[in-house]
Amino acid sequence: MEARPEATRWYDRLLSVDRRWIYLILAIAVLLPTVIPFSVPTGISNEVRSVYNFIEGLEPGDNLFLAIDYDPSTLAELHPMTEAILRQAFQRGARVVITSLSQFGPAMAEELIARVAQEEGKQRNIDYTFLGYKPYPGITILAMGSDFRVPFPTDYYGTPVDSIPMMQDIHNYRNVKAVISFAGGNVADMWIQYGNAKYGVPVALGVTGVMASDYYPYLQSRQIFGLIPGMKGAAEYEMLVERRGQGSRGMPYQMSTHLVILVFMVITNIAYVAQRRARRRAAGAR
Amino acid sequence: MEVTWGTLAWQTLAAFATLAIFSFLIGDNPLYKFVERLWVGVTTGYWTMLLFWTSFWDKVWVPVMQQHQWHYLIPVALGVLMWFRLSPRRGWLSRYALAFYIGISTGVFIPLAFKTGVFLQVEGAIRPVTADMVGLNFLLALLGLICSLSYFFFSRHHTGLLGVTSRIGIITLMVGFGAGFGLTVMGRVALLVQRVIFLRDYVTNLAGKIF
Repeated sequence: MEARPEATRWYDRLLSVDRRWIYLILAIAVLLPTVIPFSVPTGISNEVRSVYNFIEGLEPGDNLFLAIDYDPSTLAELHPMTEAILRQAFQRGARVVITSLSQFGPAMAEELIARVAQEEGKQRNIDYTFLGYKPYPGITILAMGSDFRVPFPTDYYGTPVDSIPMMQDIHNYRNVKAVISFAGGNVADMWIQYGNAKYGVPVALGVTGVMASDYYPYLQSRQIFGLIPGMKGAAEYEMLVERRGQGSRGMPYQMSTHLVILVFMVITNIAYVAQRRARRRAAGAR
Repeated sequence: MEVTWGTLAWQTLAAFATLAIFSFLIGDNPLYKFVERLWVGVTTGYWTMLLFWTSFWDKVWVPVMQQHQWHYLIPVALGVLMWFRLSPRRGWLSRYALAFYIGISTGVFIPLAFKTGVFLQVEGAIRPVTADMVGLNFLLALLGLICSLSYFFFSRHHTGLLGVTSRIGIITLMVGFGAGFGLTVMGRVALLVQRVIFLRDYVTNLAGKIF
């Protein structure tokens, strides 16, 4: 009997499938929770809970520094956790100093801050201050260690910081309880290196899923006191504050898509092993 | 919240841009190219103006021209020297500015990088082990760390005890890479999910407004 040509074997066909079929199946998987809504149970991890507990422990009038260091390209992952923490800080009565050290972030951050502040009945310059953006985040973080007024003589809206009522007794990191940086890039490293290591301010991070595994060692060494990784972290935080947001809404989509990707990986690996064995057999026969 | 026609118009533009970008999955096409260039143009314009107002205006124009703080002219001069990179004959002048920049960076950043990336990490890896699940977790992480380091020890052949530890080390590294890959998938899917939720909300708003 004549052997079947290589290209017609099932594993070869599987390994050379048009990638657009994969996109189509993924698209169906992503749309599935829209058609058939379901919820996904979410466990709370210690690194997320520690950030929550810290904010819960704030007294009215305590100062918190939030660094919204991402831009619209990572908004999907970081906006939900930023909103949840900002809202919780406002509800605790904390005064919040906010910067945005990513060049495309300030307008996006301003929209979020204004919306949450309005919903929580908080006033600009009384309950929060948005300092805005300055280039070179490393230098800006170092400069803020001596005084926030050095890199930010005025806030995002052009108001001199010296004339802002809530900033009268806030000068540098010594006057804030902690820095929580929501970072979509290496600004997170700068907060650890310059904020924590040089000035000793407690730092917690909210990072994208891609970055998360790089920052767990800092948790182990206690250079950061909390870590919120990606959309999953945001969903956990939303559970803790008991307010369903984009993070929780996104988890069913994550579930269906991950399942499809896992199935793809298993099938592809089976095909890969089968192809390798067939090639070895063919090489042995020759 | 009531959606206005103005908001819907912006959402329509965003929905069009989203679908145009996704159309690249089928193949390169004029719609994709148009939106890609639109994005590059908008971001370049936005960033240029942002840098003008946050750097040149705040750090040069206001201090020098309005407040007469003449010492600001020193960094301005260094900044101007950087532009000499564009001149083949006078390019050497930019080295003065670069020397300052590299000198300051080295002096400030290297000690802190060592402190955070080496010393505090070593300190974090060597601490008392408690007799509970946290202690067990720490012990496993420590074992994984030592074995991973042994994998990169190339002064001896990886045989005997070193062979075993380096094998455990490579498995530990693979587990780390696997966790990283899983989180990366989650991140990429999150971007897609956010766009899908946006499109769903847009269609709902549009239908609600029309019908």
